[in-house]
Amino acid sequence: MASFGIRKIIAASSVGTMIEWYDFYIFGMLAKTISTQFFPEGNPTAALLSTLAVFAAGFIVRPFGALVFGRLGDMIGRKYTFLLTLVIMGASTFLIGCVPNYKTIGIAAPILVLILRLMQGLALGGEYGGAATYVAEHAPVGKRGLYTSWIQTTATLGLFIALGVIMLVKLNMPDAQFNAEWGGWRYPFWISILLVGISIYIRLKMKESPLYAELKAAGKTSVNPIKESFSHKANFKMVLLALFGAVMGQGVIWYTGQFYAQNFLETKCNIEFEQSRTIMLWAIVFATPFFIFWGWLSDKIGRKWIMMAGLLLGILTYRPIFNTFLKDSSIEKLAVKEEKLLSQKFIFSNNNYDSINTTETKIVYENGLSTKQTKIDTCVRSIYMYKFIPPKTKITYSEKHLPAVIYWQFVLLVFCLILFVTMAYGPVAAFLVELFPTKIRYTSMSLPYHIGNGVFGGLVPFIGLLLTTTYPEDPLVGLWYPIGVAGLCFVIGALYLKNKIDRNIND
Amino acid sequence: MKKFNAFKRYFGLLFLFIAPFVIYELITGAIDNIDTAGKKDINNPIIWIVIITIFIPIAIGLVIFGWYAFRGEYDHLPQKSKEL
Repeated sequence: MASFGIRKIIAASSVGTMIEWYDFYIFGMLAKTISTQFFPEGNPTAALLSTLAVFAAGFIVRPFGALVFGRLGDMIGRKYTFLLTLVIMGASTFLIGCVPNYKTIGIAAPILVLILRLMQGLALGGEYGGAATYVAEHAPVGKRGLYTSWIQTTATLGLFIALGVIMLVKLNMPDAQFNAEWGGWRYPFWISILLVGISIYIRLKMKESPLYAELKAAGKTSVNPIKESFSHKANFKMVLLALFGAVMGQGVIWYTGQFYAQNFLETKCNIEFEQSRTIMLWAIVFATPFFIFWGWLSDKIGRKWIMMAGLLLGILTYRPIFNTFLKDSSIEKLAVKEEKLLSQKFIFSNNNYDSINTTETKIVYENGLSTKQTKIDTCVRSIYMYKFIPPKTKITYSEKHLPAVIYWQFVLLVFCLILFVTMAYGPVAAFLVELFPTKIRYTSMSLPYHIGNGVFGGLVPFIGLLLTTTYPEDPLVGLWYPIGVAGLCFVIGALYLKNKIDRNIND
Repeated sequence: MKKFNAFKRYFGLLFLFIAPFVIYELITGAIDNIDTAGKKDINNPIIWIVIITIFIPIAIGLVIFGWYAFRGEYDHLPQKSKEL
């Protein structure tokens, strides 16, 4: 195949998949605003719908989408199936941006948003397997890892674009305008329709995968891909091996390196919005080319040990890296260089004896780190007015601004975390494609991929919260979940996977 | 190679035990943390139901994987699709 042809195929497949990731992520990143708009506190039905929108979309609907669209892709073809997933994703995303809020249409608002979010999960479940299979089935022998690695960049680039678009919109308007009913938070959803439109146009011009077309012409396509994938012991064995020996660990490494790290910087280290986002953006920019590098290298030396090395590095370095985040953003041992009063507010009770005094101060430390200190003094004197009761004081620190040296050190550390992601994730599409035969490839590879990423990866924050609540004395305890899952996956992968590259995937 | 295969088989037993342990931990975690008055995700019964429901088939999959490994099904991996 001419290299120009394959470039168009890779570009068309990758751009569509990247847009799907973008669509899926903006909902998660705008969860707080979406929650205020559609799922108001105090309404139990809305709370239930909100929970389902967040958890069911990733945990249940994504694997279900993998089955539904995997089956379609193996029965009617790759091209039309991953075109359909793109249409569903684009339409759902755009429509989320068009739903009036709870105040305007009541309970219909959260119901509509839930349905659209589930449609997003369904579409995402079908997209990746189609794109990876499509590119792999076009790739010449010896370049499958390299070519499919472009598909592997899409999840991270989708995250990059989502972060960038939201940041751009947010920084160009006041918070009140961003969070208004028809405010800036809707723009990222509306932008999606433009991106999806272009991608649909490109994909319509693509031809069916040559391997699949050959199979179809010979009348050898599968009649029931789900049954063949999961009830034939020989194939089911490989589905289990793919899940427990590769994608389960890759899912937690992916999630920890990107989402958990960002959340950790924002909530545990209290780094201000702009810096925490730009740290992620720089790290993604520097690390993304490594997806291609590892994909290329996997064609030379095999896929297995690159993926296993990514898992092992995560297992060994997560705690020291996250500990450095905590230590270097800590203000405990720093000497104060400068203090500036930002605001002071007194609120008195009706009897004029009780009061709440809120003071906001900007503190700059000797190493250049600055933070906003919020001090709340509560004075209660009404009952014991003749007796002095010391005020209760609560001090919190937020919006930490890092000096340049620490900022770039954090970029380097997040880069390392994403580098592990690129090692575990870069060769995985070629690895999965080579594990299964053409007639049931879409179904067989999609399900383990979405269980590994959607379920094991998606559980990182929940299990992290569970562990932090159970063992509050250790701020890094939440990392034991990704370390444990990656460890188990490493053992299974190292023992049971083979490193041999399957040169012939035509069968 | 024979020794390595025997080692792989015995390792399969480990996965047979890990799966029920994970489900046990999830169920006890749910019992300990579900609190309708709580506001955290781990207090929410719906989330636990979703997670346990989705994890039961995964754990069964791990048991089957362990059993296959113990039976030596992974001693030789297919080289061609015809073997699948």
